Amino acid sequence: MNYFPDEVVEHVFDFITSHKDRNSVSLVCKSWYKIERYSRQRVFIGNCYSITPQRLIARFPGLKSLTLKGKPHFADFNLVPHDWGGFVDPWIKALAKSRIGLEELRLKRMVVSDDSLELLSKSFPNFKSLVLVSCEGFTTDGVAAIAANCRFLRELDLQENEVEDHRGHWLSCFPESCTSLVSLNFACLKGEINLASLERLVARSPNLKSLRLNRVVPLDTLQKLLMRAPQLVDLGIGSYVDDPSSEVFTKLKAVIQLCNSIRSLSGFLEVAPCCMSAIYPICENLTFLNLSYAPGLQGNDLTKLVQHCRKLQRLWILDCIGDKGLGVVASTCKELQELRVFPSDPFDAGNAAVTEEGLVLISAGCPKLNSLLYFCHQMTNAALITVAKNCTNFIRFRLCILDPVKADPVTNQPLDEGFGAIVRSNKSLKRLSLSGLLTDQVFLYIGMYAKKLEMLSIAFAGDSNKGMLYVLNGCNKLRKLEIRDCPFGDVALLEDMGKYETMRSLWMSSCEVTLGACKTLAKKMPSLNVEIINESEQLEFSLDDRLLVDKMYLYRTLVGHRKDKPEYVLLL
Amino acid sequence: MSPLLLGVEEEGQSRVSSPSVECISQNGLGIREWNYLGLSDFCSVDSSGVPDDNGNNLNLKATELRLGLPGSQSPERETEHCFLNSGKLDEKTLFPLLPSKDGICSSSQKSVVTGNKRGFSEVKGTIYTEKKWMGPGAVPDSQSLQPVSHGKYSVAQASVKKDGPANVIQEQPCTSNATKVNRTDISNNSSAPTANRAQVVGWPPIRSFRTKALTTSSKNNDEVDGKPGPGTLFVKVSMDGAPYLRKVDLRMYSTYQELSSALEKMFSCFTLGQCGAHGTPGKEILSESKLKDLLHGSEYVLTYEDKDGDWMLVGDVPLEMFIETCRRLKIMKSADAIGLGK
Repeated sequence: MNYFPDEVVEHVFDFITSHKDRNSVSLVCKSWYKIERYSRQRVFIGNCYSITPQRLIARFPGLKSLTLKGKPHFADFNLVPHDWGGFVDPWIKALAKSRIGLEELRLKRMVVSDDSLELLSKSFPNFKSLVLVSCEGFTTDGVAAIAANCRFLRELDLQENEVEDHRGHWLSCFPESCTSLVSLNFACLKGEINLASLERLVARSPNLKSLRLNRVVPLDTLQKLLMRAPQLVDLGIGSYVDDPSSEVFTKLKAVIQLCNSIRSLSGFLEVAPCCMSAIYPICENLTFLNLSYAPGLQGNDLTKLVQHCRKLQRLWILDCIGDKGLGVVASTCKELQELRVFPSDPFDAGNAAVTEEGLVLISAGCPKLNSLLYFCHQMTNAALITVAKNCTNFIRFRLCILDPVKADPVTNQPLDEGFGAIVRSNKSLKRLSLSGLLTDQVFLYIGMYAKKLEMLSIAFAGDSNKGMLYVLNGCNKLRKLEIRDCPFGDVALLEDMGKYETMRSLWMSSCEVTLGACKTLAKKMPSLNVEIINESEQLEFSLDDRLLVDKMYLYRTLVGHRKDKPEYVLLL
Repeated sequence: MSPLLLGVEEEGQSRVSSPSVECISQNGLGIREWNYLGLSDFCSVDSSGVPDDNGNNLNLKATELRLGLPGSQSPERETEHCFLNSGKLDEKTLFPLLPSKDGICSSSQKSVVTGNKRGFSEVKGTIYTEKKWMGPGAVPDSQSLQPVSHGKYSVAQASVKKDGPANVIQEQPCTSNATKVNRTDISNNSSAPTANRAQVVGWPPIRSFRTKALTTSSKNNDEVDGKPGPGTLFVKVSMDGAPYLRKVDLRMYSTYQELSSALEKMFSCFTLGQCGAHGTPGKEILSESKLKDLLHGSEYVLTYEDKDGDWMLVGDVPLEMFIETCRRLKIMKSADAIGLGK
């Protein structure tokens, strides 16, 4: 079948970088499969239990970069008990034993131990990049091992991990010979670090482009760091508190003027609003601004800051900016593509900070908007319909109304029509999260119109099995479906069992699925792992089929039952 | 005021929780009628200061932690949407029921395993139904929120199991916050929409890391406002012989003595329940004076499981350190506690 020598085909494949495309290419014929697998360097595994490390290593001997995801998405919200799984240790052990020259490891929602990190740091001489997102189980000792042993480390990026901070000197573990750092993000660490070590490290890292500090790094250190690294492109400020009349602050203002490469700004974990004016000079060039961890800034401060950010493409902000503030964003940030509005007070039934008004203003002012995460106190169908008219480019649309099952406050109707309008007009929609009062109707709309939908998150919605069936039957590209607290039961679950083989995973918790149905599904579909999570401590795990299952997580896999399940998980 | 059995530490409420235990024991003796909702009339007497007796009976019943079906079958709710109720309300049962014949499993029919964890689906159904019947502005009022407490309790329990102290401290806040605020909601017993947002585990869907980080930031920026929130650390407390566990917020105590007293009060119901007026022969009868000795070494010892999984005696290390490493507490009989390190 090959008209060209293998080397030529391989060279062509070098230009094919997307995982999907490479996967497709490998299916064409045996010869292409072989060429592709030897030349593949980057592998993405969306569910670490879908394959074993041994099989990965066997197929891709040239592996250099591995991305792994562990726990289901709802683990972010405490719905998955501790110790459920997602351990990276077996992967690192297997890779270490092999001859794989791993250079990059990216993990999300996995359990990482200090031992694993140490093994990682010692097993791969060319290791360059470690990115950990929402992981847990390790301490700063593990981080120290990485710092100490990875001689050519370029990237150490810790995002939102639960790290036990031993207040050690992990930062001082970077040897003096380490000059290769390009990206260092330790914003999620809580403990003290040696500031002098940090300054020296930054000083000897001429390639440093991204630096995100934690809250213990004070403003005067920031000033010194910026002096050393005016070439920074991405800056995460730790503590930003000082007296505006101080000498240090004056120096900071001066040095910031020199940092005209900064395109991305985040942090402000501690902030004195009066100091924000020093930032204005760099606002002009910003494309990404993340103030979602800066509750010290009030609506006015945020609005004033945003007014300077004309080139902003991505904005992550707290809802204290208010509807008015969002109006300012809408009139200033015409390039805006992604907006995330987080609640500053998720559990307080306080004043409504942002409502449907803010969203409508944004949709009217920002024609390029394609990605939204919006926490608000209320939403109306009319607003959503207006948003749908204004914005037809959504790829991700996640709306969270803080009060579950809240209806349209104006009409007291469910929000079916609003979301229906969104899916109808945004044909490229890949990810959707629903909230508010919703009936089966919204799922009918989703099944009819959301043909490109890949991930759907549903909570407290629907009336009957029909809802889930509309989605399963209509959304052919669906990969991840996560449902909580909906009246979907066995009929919906079992209607089209083959569908789940086309998806990565299905999560259903507090729905109306019985144990018997799960058993049936597991029996008929050996390529699926059906896990039941039973957290009851006091009651026996009765195997009565009529039991309603509290949490079910099923996923397709090539390797059968996993061996590391905790006691409370029942694998059918 | 409707009590919550879920991690409630106040004296009044722990008293109210005791009736459920008494109901169980008394029922065994056939002295009190165990009505379907799990409360005898005795229990309603205990809820002091309650203006609407009927309404709060329901609250009590619904919040009661018990084996079997959660309380979505209050008499009022019986009239509501049929998909919630199968009509099998006359059966008192501790065993799973068949799903309703139309194939849609009624949220009212739960197994023993899942009954306590049905959580919001019942509420959701109830809310939606009430919305249908009650029209605009029908927002979950505290009554319909009762079953939520079940769901949260069980899940919150599970969330306690942690490896490291960091995890204990960090993971707790979300769930404990949910439980705590719900308690406030219920005790408010108001139907004001915003004041009564249902607090459910995992809702709103915000990463726990973010929630914790915001709380810390808020505190550092002098925005502490004393609300119950993620600055809590609930751990399970078990006691040998007690039919169910409790939860305490370790952050509420500044000395071991305070913690000890709180636990005494919380578990007094079990020891009193064992004797009571119908003391069963053959069992240990603990007098009230012996209660005080509960945690002072004579009958029981207070132990805790630390982040390494070892059972340790409470009291050896400074309280701060204890709070950081404690995963759960256990009130052991002295006899069993021989060998705990000192």
